Amino acid sequence: MYVYDEHDRQMAAERVAQFRDQTERALAGELAEDEFLPLRLQNGLYVQRLAPMLRICVPYGMLRSTQLRRLARITRDYDKGYAHFTTRQNIQLNWPNLEDVPDILAELAEVEMHSNQTSGNCIRNTTTDQFSGVQSDELTDPRPYCEIIRQWSTFHPEFAYLPRKFKVAVNASEKTDRAAIQVHDIGLQIVRNEVGELGFRVHVGGGLGRTPMVAPVIREFLPELDLLTYLESVLRVYNRYGRRDNKFKARIKILVKALTPEGFAEKVEAEWSHIKDSPSRLTPEAIDRIKAYFTEPAYASLDNATELLAQQRFENRGFDQWLKYNVDIHKKPGYAIVSLTMKETGIPPGDVTDRQLEQIADLADEYSFGEVRVTHEQNVVLADVRQDQLLELWEQLGPMGFATANLNMLTDIICCPGGDFCALANAKSIPVAEAIQRRFDNLDFLYDLGEIDLNISGCMNACGHHHVGNIGVLGVDKKGQEFYQVSLGGASQHDATIGKILGPSFAQDDMPDVIAKIIDVYVNKRTEEESFLDTYRRVGIDPFKERVYA
Amino acid sequence: MPDVIFRDGSIRQNQWNVVSRPDSGEALDVPEQKRVLIPADLWLENRERFAGNEDVGVWLDSHDEPEILADYVNELPMIAVNFPKFSDGRGYSIARLLRERFGFKNELRAIGDVLLDQLQFMKRCGFDTYELRPDKDIRKAARCLNFFSQGYQAATDTDLPLFRRRAS
Repeated sequence: MYVYDEHDRQMAAERVAQFRDQTERALAGELAEDEFLPLRLQNGLYVQRLAPMLRICVPYGMLRSTQLRRLARITRDYDKGYAHFTTRQNIQLNWPNLEDVPDILAELAEVEMHSNQTSGNCIRNTTTDQFSGVQSDELTDPRPYCEIIRQWSTFHPEFAYLPRKFKVAVNASEKTDRAAIQVHDIGLQIVRNEVGELGFRVHVGGGLGRTPMVAPVIREFLPELDLLTYLESVLRVYNRYGRRDNKFKARIKILVKALTPEGFAEKVEAEWSHIKDSPSRLTPEAIDRIKAYFTEPAYASLDNATELLAQQRFENRGFDQWLKYNVDIHKKPGYAIVSLTMKETGIPPGDVTDRQLEQIADLADEYSFGEVRVTHEQNVVLADVRQDQLLELWEQLGPMGFATANLNMLTDIICCPGGDFCALANAKSIPVAEAIQRRFDNLDFLYDLGEIDLNISGCMNACGHHHVGNIGVLGVDKKGQEFYQVSLGGASQHDATIGKILGPSFAQDDMPDVIAKIIDVYVNKRTEEESFLDTYRRVGIDPFKERVYA
Repeated sequence: MPDVIFRDGSIRQNQWNVVSRPDSGEALDVPEQKRVLIPADLWLENRERFAGNEDVGVWLDSHDEPEILADYVNELPMIAVNFPKFSDGRGYSIARLLRERFGFKNELRAIGDVLLDQLQFMKRCGFDTYELRPDKDIRKAARCLNFFSQGYQAATDTDLPLFRRRAS
């Protein structure tokens, strides 16, 4: 994982001093509210329904145990003893005091953390696959490229006041896309060209929100070394020509659509032709330097513990289920990838207490080289667990509430904080998630249903990624009443699709029944091997409509 | 006239008057014996009259295309870029293009809704002077121009991104 050098440390300290100065001027009345707004947003600070909210950056989801312990301490000292894992691999505090934020940032900087550009109309945290570096089917580890993009985008002088927020995601697997790159402003798919050189397929103009769009490809192959000059060109075209007259039409997807992907690509290529050979072009040495931080940990030389695990599974059904659903194959023999689910029924999805953060830190130290990854599904991954220690780990996870074996199941719900916390929300989302989790509390039934993404957003801004849920739920406001619109058939991976709206919206109390009816249709119509999404794609939306609105 | 901030943090008397765009049908009113900045397209239309006049520069608005000046930038003693609202970030791209693409060598000035916390970004993008909005405390400008001792990226102020400086 990346470690700061003296340059990074210096800039991090300067940033804290800058924000301290800005906060003092804001509190002294020298900065008007609208002048302070972008400054605090670009330091992750929102003013929310109940209190300020601080969004702390977790670059591409990677955290060290020391950082988790510091976060735990911060939630105790400055907040109410819990934090929230977001849908963009970041962490939020819900109750800090405005005047404490510079101190919190100083504490974060001590452990090489920050909240830079986690909000505001700037380039946000670059996200990637939580299994990067440990899965066998990726072309290369995407994290060094994410770090290169992080450095390039941090305090970029030209792109701090874009028309709107800007999100980049990177994926390196040909089979999966856990980073959902096609619904980002820029999605970078790592590919090799016909002569075997590494590069990127560049998607631009995807996004959720009010106008959901799957990003078109604007360049089939961008050589590795050209990454930053090309990104700079895309951003410059967007900064100059993106709409600024209407916030709802200001994302790059609207510009790409207006110019057509071909027209947009032409503008980018024209810009790029001027700067592609500038000193901002990456060098092999610069890439190698960053890659050196993402080398493999000191793996033991092991064989797969196939027989041991078979025996343990045979003796313990709970362990067997957990292994099947929450544990993935690792590229190294004898190791496994373990997902800790933060989706216990009754707890808002993604919420963790200070004690749990410390428990995760301890587990990371004991079982996974002191590192964890945060996922956009709001779970936590221990990426390097020895197979012969899985049973021991599982036995510890149960009492901590991290072993609910529902990864990717119907109840592994992606959910924004919603109307309980967020000033933007039209409706609550957490109680809807909980009611659905309570309705579907039988794990055997969930396993029989197989993988279903259920995503809930409390408003059009779509932080809960409802458009790309196989089942999407969107909170809407109808004359002051909270209602929920359901969409079906969304998908976020290489087959990225925006879900289709089922029909008129429902009251909150009806939601578990509505989901149950949708599931009924699937169970009745499916063939043996079909997932929910397969069945939906085959039979279409009508059978679901007929059943739900009967 | 309020003072103007220079990139080294010094504060000097402002010599330049911004002439706003005349209403349609009205003629451009250029005051005599003063240094003036006129809308860039009007300078172009009257280039024969103004070229070589060290007292006439231009200003671009944030939606203007700096490309119109590409072949003439160094005929101008000063180009100003207007920030109609501080949160309108187009001026940063305009500045970099004037400097890095069109090779503008003379004074580049930020005018309009210019506040303290954007000054260092403006400096990095090639602005030399800054007309701070009059209600802001000009004594704090020097500090705000220098919050950061360096940047990660190349910009107008340096060709070398940090990854190249690290390598050397």
